[in-house]
Amino acid sequence: MNKKKWYDYLWIFSTTYLILGFFNILFAWLGMICFITPLMIALIKGNKAYCNRYCGRGQLFSLLGGHFGLSRKKDMPGWMRSTGFRYGFLIFFLTMFGIMLWNTYLVFAGTQELKQVVTLLWTFKLPWHWAYHGTLFSPGVAQFAFGFYSIMLTSTLLGLITMVLFKPRSWCVYCPMGTMTQTICKIKFRTKEDSKQCL
Amino acid sequence: MKKKANINRKLCVACGCCMTACKKEAISIPHGIYAIVDLNKCVGCGMCVKKCPASVISLEVMSRE
Ligand code: SF4
Ligand code: SF4
Ligand code: SF4
Repeated sequence: MNKKKWYDYLWIFSTTYLILGFFNILFAWLGMICFITPLMIALIKGNKAYCNRYCGRGQLFSLLGGHFGLSRKKDMPGWMRSTGFRYGFLIFFLTMFGIMLWNTYLVFAGTQELKQVVTLLWTFKLPWHWAYHGTLFSPGVAQFAFGFYSIMLTSTLLGLITMVLFKPRSWCVYCPMGTMTQTICKIKFRTKEDSKQCL
Repeated sequence: MKKKANINRKLCVACGCCMTACKKEAISIPHGIYAIVDLNKCVGCGMCVKKCPASVISLEVMSRE
């Protein structure tokens, strides 16, 4: 019953991903897997199997906060667990994502220069040129990688902070991907039920 | 009167931490909306209560309808 399954080791993938970004920023593109897979599962299957089984990031927080005890294991404050905060954070996150895509577009279009920085917490710009060795494609490809990696690193950092302060997987409460997949599941279920009633 | 896990569905984020924590396999998350407890399987150990990041599980004496 408690036998480990292959997917219990996906935290290794998540960790490797973050490390690779320090060597070559173009690996950031691999992160698309963690964006597309959960949405696809929610849209097609109508469940949160990604969160419940396959999310390496969630596992990483469970491991660090649980096994390694890097967590106070205290309840999160009520406002952080509220629906308002969760959806507010999702909207903020998507807006910032949109801005990142826009900046990528500008580099593709040639109106903006490639910025070799990783922006932490949407504020702090860290020089990251050592991880850029040129690209065979447009510099826009690299710009997206920098932007996407910034998002991944920022969310990991936020997750680690709330892991230490509250419970290991506190990030999962306000994780935009978790909120999005749950919302998709809700809508999907409701429309299915509605169509049943119509018959 | 034995206590059982009770989940506040309104605030459950369907992350599945409780599901992983439960050794009795009493928890499931149908349709990815919220977690539900099979009261016949739940032994009230409280493992899920500790793990739930949203702190929406409590152990309660269930009154039978
Ligand atoms: S809520 Fe986010 S971090 Fe948590 S398991 Fe789901 S996708 Fe992963
Ligand atoms: S751990 Fe808590 S928030 Fe997550 S699915 Fe279980 S009851 Fe819901
Ligand atoms: S109280 Fe124990 S047996 Fe009951 S659902 Fe939670 S983990 Fe499972």
